[in-house]
Amino acid sequence: MTTQAYPTTWRRPPQIIKNHHWRLALQVGILVYLVLAVSTVDVNWARVYEGLERGQRFIMGFLQPDFTSRWKDISQGLVESLTMTLTSTVVGVLISIPVGIGAARNLTPRWIYYFCRAIIATSRALQEIIIAIFFVAMFGFGPFAGFITLSFATIGFIAKLLADDIEEIDAAQAESIRSTGASWWQVVNYAVQPQVMPRLIGLSLYRLDINFRESAVIGIVGAGGIGATLNTAIDRYEYDSAGAILLIVIAIVMVAEYSSSYLRKFLQ
Amino acid sequence: MTEISHYSQVWSHRSPRGRLMLWVGWLALVALFVWCWKLMTADTIWFFVADAPKQAADIGSRMIPPRWSYLPELMQPLWDTINIATLGTIGGVIMAVPVAFMAARNTTPSATILRPLALFIIVASRSINSLIWALLLVTIIGPGLLAGIVAIALRSIGFVGKLLYEAIEETDVTQIEAIEATGASSAQVLNYGIVPQIMPAFWGITVFRWDINIRESTILGLVGAGGIGLKLQASLNTLAWSQVTVILLLILATVVLSEWVSARIRHAIL
Amino acid sequence: MLTLSGLSKTYKTGDTALADVTLTVPEGQILGLIGPSGAGKSTLIRCINRLVEPTAGEVTLGKVNLVGLGKSELRRQRRRIGMIFQEYALVERLTVMENVLSGRLGYVPFWRSFLRKYPGADVQRAYQLLDRVGLIDHADKRADALSGGQRQRVGIARALAQDPELLLVDEPTASLDPKTSRQIMRLLTEICAERGLPAIVNIHDVPLAQQFMQRIVGLRAGRVVFDGSPDELTEATLTTIYGEEDWNEMRRGDEEQAKAEADARERMEALAQ
Repeated sequence: MTTQAYPTTWRRPPQIIKNHHWRLALQVGILVYLVLAVSTVDVNWARVYEGLERGQRFIMGFLQPDFTSRWKDISQGLVESLTMTLTSTVVGVLISIPVGIGAARNLTPRWIYYFCRAIIATSRALQEIIIAIFFVAMFGFGPFAGFITLSFATIGFIAKLLADDIEEIDAAQAESIRSTGASWWQVVNYAVQPQVMPRLIGLSLYRLDINFRESAVIGIVGAGGIGATLNTAIDRYEYDSAGAILLIVIAIVMVAEYSSSYLRKFLQ
Repeated sequence: MTEISHYSQVWSHRSPRGRLMLWVGWLALVALFVWCWKLMTADTIWFFVADAPKQAADIGSRMIPPRWSYLPELMQPLWDTINIATLGTIGGVIMAVPVAFMAARNTTPSATILRPLALFIIVASRSINSLIWALLLVTIIGPGLLAGIVAIALRSIGFVGKLLYEAIEETDVTQIEAIEATGASSAQVLNYGIVPQIMPAFWGITVFRWDINIRESTILGLVGAGGIGLKLQASLNTLAWSQVTVILLLILATVVLSEWVSARIRHAIL
Repeated sequence: MLTLSGLSKTYKTGDTALADVTLTVPEGQILGLIGPSGAGKSTLIRCINRLVEPTAGEVTLGKVNLVGLGKSELRRQRRRIGMIFQEYALVERLTVMENVLSGRLGYVPFWRSFLRKYPGADVQRAYQLLDRVGLIDHADKRADALSGGQRQRVGIARALAQDPELLLVDEPTASLDPKTSRQIMRLLTEICAERGLPAIVNIHDVPLAQQFMQRIVGLRAGRVVFDGSPDELTEATLTTIYGEEDWNEMRRGDEEQAKAEADARERMEALAQ
């Protein structure tokens, strides 16, 4: 057997789009889009150049944060953010439980199901910041509007996952409890609760984490918390205070993430 | 039926100590909640809270009917918003890839210096919302699309970097070992052993993040970073609630559409 | 010719995997390495191409001592040693052809491997090898689309693409059914005979080893406890290698398998009539 009979070239066959023309069209399409998209970005380079000095000051502020001169505002903002986070998570989770059960197809009548799913969809579709704008307009400036915002956002998050979980629970277990002649409440208590409880606790801790991060943002539109303090600091070009706030936020998020993963492991 | 009275009448599935701990835990949570509530509402003006339903009804009545004639004016900002999200995602992914390789235990060039640095970049980027990045960048490089793109890119580094480095750490070691055994250089091991294994994860993460970025870029305009959020801000400032309705419905439609597109693409890849 | 002298490996945990192993494998010899799991078989063959770093001793292939080589020199020497793995270890998401060509990675510069532009001679060789293992029609398929036996054939082709002077084979049949196992072992021994290629084969299955190997080395707790031809492998020596219980356990498992195979054969014959 000689090697002469075999071809000397090999090309990797295309993996996803097999048709040559479609592939070419897609590549050209992507290229055209990128050119168009980049051309819409109108950059004022003189302004950017001017900004470099400010950028440098911000990085310096990040490296040498100033915790002291605005400490009163910072601590006030932190207290608002932390209290807002906890209360909104607790209230949000408590409301999520009935909404989540209501949104589980296997437990509730049709009309309740659609009603609860509608609540969840609204809460998920709108971002926290947009919800915050409305609640600030309704409840006035301050952490109370933030608390309502985060509670509402928590409902969309927890109730959706809870409802999906309940829909996925082992139907055989629920069936076996039902067959003993249990009422609806007893089915929920004995068959559903033990199966979804550990996950509910895990989700709540995860949401606590998210709510803190969000509480640092919604202050920008007037809903209180550390975000408001940060907004003021940046508006005043006090980059060393802003750096301090950002470092505190990063540190709290790190601690929260670490301890919530530890707690979740401990509880399961 | 034989005598059953010698069995205990009380049954519980937790030890008394466990039950006590549980109750103490719940009690502590309730106390913490009450304390936090007190602190938080110290400065709340309850008159405004009580007035809220009236305010809501007022805003609601102004929002309807939506001013549909405003829609054409929104097309250019919408296009900008999509560009912010797409270009920001591309930029973020380009920066996230080296960070992910530095952060993954099995590919990091130095576990003592570069790995902690990469992990810090990931945490810092993840903890700071894109709106805050935008707020900063608008004061640094001025208002406009560029600030939005960079904000989205900076926020994406952490998300993409974290998921990608986890994917790198989960690669199958024997496939990499087999490539090493052929006498391949480390660049070749990366190219043949690691990259093919993480490719599906890479595209999935990228498209997923793009979907999230579309959502986030709709509001960046609130702080001046371009896109449809600028129009939202302008309408809110002039209390033009009927325009706000149109903008929100358009954002909603865009988000739903991008979610559908990303689900389709991810389905096609995996 | 491969010579191991005084090869030892102690892991960081303090476990001694290999203790003072000395062996010589002459040109063209197929050596079966048997022993209970944990005896150090895998460690032994990984110490040869230094996927595992030996703690002491020498590994000499031809005239070169592989222990103590620098990184780039080690890469050049690894080209001379082909390796075949238990779970095939193909890069699942690459095509069959790319997997075979990856055997040439030590020979080509990075840009060629990155652009998949291998020299013509390499591509021809790869096609020839795929033809030899009976997979030429599958060249453009992705590796994860193949069956276990086919994947192992690709693994063999990849190892041969290196133009090796030695084959290291780690449990080649552990993930295959008995029939495919025999086919793979037959292919392996044929190819080694064609090229006069020496090979070290880790093998769990004693009857399979006796059928295909020219020489058998028994390893127990990191030490060589048997070295001889397959005929010399008696009940007593197997007991020294595996220990009383393990050996009986294994034999029983093997009997069951033999019975099952015989049963299947009978049924096939009955169907054929």
